[in-house]
Amino acid sequence: MALVEIKNLEAAVGGKPILKGIDLTINPGEVHAIMGPNGSGKSTLSSVLAGRETYTVTGGSVLFDGKDLLDLSPEERACEGLFMAFQYPVEIPGVTTSYFLKAAVNAIRKHHGQDELDAMDFLKMVKEKMALLEMDKTFLNRSVNEGFSGGEKKRNEIFQMAVLNPKFAILDETDSGLDIDALKIVANGVNALRSPERAILVVTHYQRLLDYIVPDFVHVLCDGRIVKSGGKELALELEKRGYAWLETAAA
Amino acid sequence: MPTDEGTIETLANQEYKWGFVTDIEADALPKGLNEDIVRAISKRKNEPEFMTQWRLKAYRHWLTMTEPKWPNVKYPKIDFQDVIYYSAPKAKKQLKSLDEVDPELLRTYEKLGVPLEEQKIFAGVAVDAVFDSVSVATTFKAKLAEMGVIFCSFSEAVQEHPELISKYLGSVVPYSDNFYATLNSAVFSDGSFCYVPKGVRCPMELSTYFRINAKNTGQFERTLIIADEGAYVSYLEGCTAPMRDENQLHAAVVELVALKGAQIKYSTVQNWYPGDKEGKGGIYNFVTKRGKCMDSARISWTQVETGSAITWKYPSVILQGDNSIGEFYSVALTNHMQQADTGTKMIHIGKNTRSTVVSKGISAGKGQNTYRGLIKILKNATNARNYTECDSLLLGDKCGAHTFPYIEVRNTSSKAEHEASTSKIGEDQLFYCKQRGISLEDAVNMIINGFCKEVFRELPMEFAVEAQKLLGVSLEGSVG
Ligand SMILES: Nc1ncnc2c1ncn2[C@@H]1O[C@H](COP(=O)(O)OP(=O)(O)OP(=O)(O)O)[C@@H](O)[C@H]1O
Ligand SMILES: [Mg+2]
Repeated sequence: MALVEIKNLEAAVGGKPILKGIDLTINPGEVHAIMGPNGSGKSTLSSVLAGRETYTVTGGSVLFDGKDLLDLSPEERACEGLFMAFQYPVEIPGVTTSYFLKAAVNAIRKHHGQDELDAMDFLKMVKEKMALLEMDKTFLNRSVNEGFSGGEKKRNEIFQMAVLNPKFAILDETDSGLDIDALKIVANGVNALRSPERAILVVTHYQRLLDYIVPDFVHVLCDGRIVKSGGKELALELEKRGYAWLETAAA
Repeated sequence: MPTDEGTIETLANQEYKWGFVTDIEADALPKGLNEDIVRAISKRKNEPEFMTQWRLKAYRHWLTMTEPKWPNVKYPKIDFQDVIYYSAPKAKKQLKSLDEVDPELLRTYEKLGVPLEEQKIFAGVAVDAVFDSVSVATTFKAKLAEMGVIFCSFSEAVQEHPELISKYLGSVVPYSDNFYATLNSAVFSDGSFCYVPKGVRCPMELSTYFRINAKNTGQFERTLIIADEGAYVSYLEGCTAPMRDENQLHAAVVELVALKGAQIKYSTVQNWYPGDKEGKGGIYNFVTKRGKCMDSARISWTQVETGSAITWKYPSVILQGDNSIGEFYSVALTNHMQQADTGTKMIHIGKNTRSTVVSKGISAGKGQNTYRGLIKILKNATNARNYTECDSLLLGDKCGAHTFPYIEVRNTSSKAEHEASTSKIGEDQLFYCKQRGISLEDAVNMIINGFCKEVFRELPMEFAVEAQKLLGVSLEGSVG
């Protein structure tokens, strides 16, 4: 059974249609990449899947693990195993990363009828994941994203993904703002999280990331529609030719 | 799916849980104010002549004063002749111990969670409870007395330690200070008194619990705390009141005296009834709090203000002695129709004096929150330093935050720094939390808790917990 089944999805923001009929099926274990020009709707698609209220779904359906995803609140989607790494992670002053993550882990456990993790077990688990992303221990006691560099924020997103262990992860331009070393570390982290049960949707502009996180499928989004799908070679072709030839095809 | 606004509203709308009325007989003087009432209060309290005269002086001065109009708050004119200035739970006889306190009263404090019965106290907090205007019980008195610490009701101190009262009463807040402090000086009925002798570190938190019960009653209590040279004391104050449709006046005075090298920490969790959603009822909290620091002394005010229809108070420090330190940490939350005009005054007189001000204002509903602070560094206060940080957080778009900092520096070697910020709990922050599985309610609590962190960490542990609960916030567990 498919993990995510998007059918003819349409969404608008402030009355302006952005997504104009998206069809996409993602199976467990697969990595899909979405590419496309600025403003084509990539972040909108990510946000709609995560349940952001500023976007209105105007048509279509999404099944997630057999459930009607669009019927769930954002926190229910998260608890059911949907994770989004934000293009622009938010700062929460005065709330330590460890407190924030513990609240998240325990909210998800509670949703599944499990007991809360105690402080010791939590810390042990978190330290393993930090090692995976080669993060400094002091991160835990710093306020969520406050004063983090752009690259640290992105790394923190993947660290959170590792801690929360989702079934389906959407990475929205996680590579932007990363230097080449950080890119490798983050990509290694993501690759370590690839598993037969988990699916990943990677939004990116650059082939560079896909050299490290090799996708099973590549889709091109133009003006709210997927105008072309293919294997990993498609990304290479896009790098050579740009989007113009596809945009004319879409119009 | 509930909207964010909706849930924030639900959170903000949590009912006032302390609004019950205790059915207890009261011994009250008739409504209104004149010299006879002032004399009658003094007589009821069996006060020495110097006290009666001090009250009368204050009363006569009050007649020449007018209500201040400068605070950024609005309320109908108060009819000072329509207030009962003295109401005491009727006691059959002089009380010797807690066993003799009216059980109804004890039950009230139990409901409020005040540990009046000594056996039940585990945290070792000594409590003085003020019900309407009269102090009903002081716990742990004997234990404190062994160390020479005096902790009792103000009336008792007037009887037992008149020399301390006549020496320090009005020494920080003179009877002529301001409209409400002067009114208080004329009619105050009780309050708490504390004296910590030279070099003694008071071994437990001292705590006063104020409760307004009777109808149409003003509460005018007076607290006087003296830390003698090198002494240390941490003092906690909590307040609640029944829900009533009428507004009730609370005009207290707190005076702190920190002698050479002494330290006083004064923490308040103020949760007077704020009135209902439409702004009906609630306490008018017009309070004068001030401390005076001699050489190398230190006074810290920490307050969490969530209650009252109107809060109007500026806990201040006069840094008289060289090298003395004044601190003010405040969280003020206004919701519905609540108004708060609060802040501090730091008056630097001595050399090398330091002050720190951290103010966190949270506004929700149609609440209006004003920070007003005065930093005054006099000519001789060389090398003085002040740091002020003043942050406002808005929930929703019908509330308001206002900041009025006044800074006067009269010499060139001193410095005052002021930082201010205003932010909204953003849809971005909430969505980020929700995307991680955290419920909206927990997310709001977490963000508010984070915002107030610098202030909460100044509170004694038990109080910090209560304060966070009051803000609807769960305690932040520290990991690692
Ligand atoms: N809140 C909003 N209000 C108005 N317009 C919006 C809003 N959010 C997105 N849009 C518009 O929707 C379109 C798609 O935006 P989106 O962020 O999904 O693009 P993107 O493909 O992620 O672009 P980029 O590659 O630059 O990240 C853009 O034209 C954008 O201006
Ligand atoms: Mg984008």
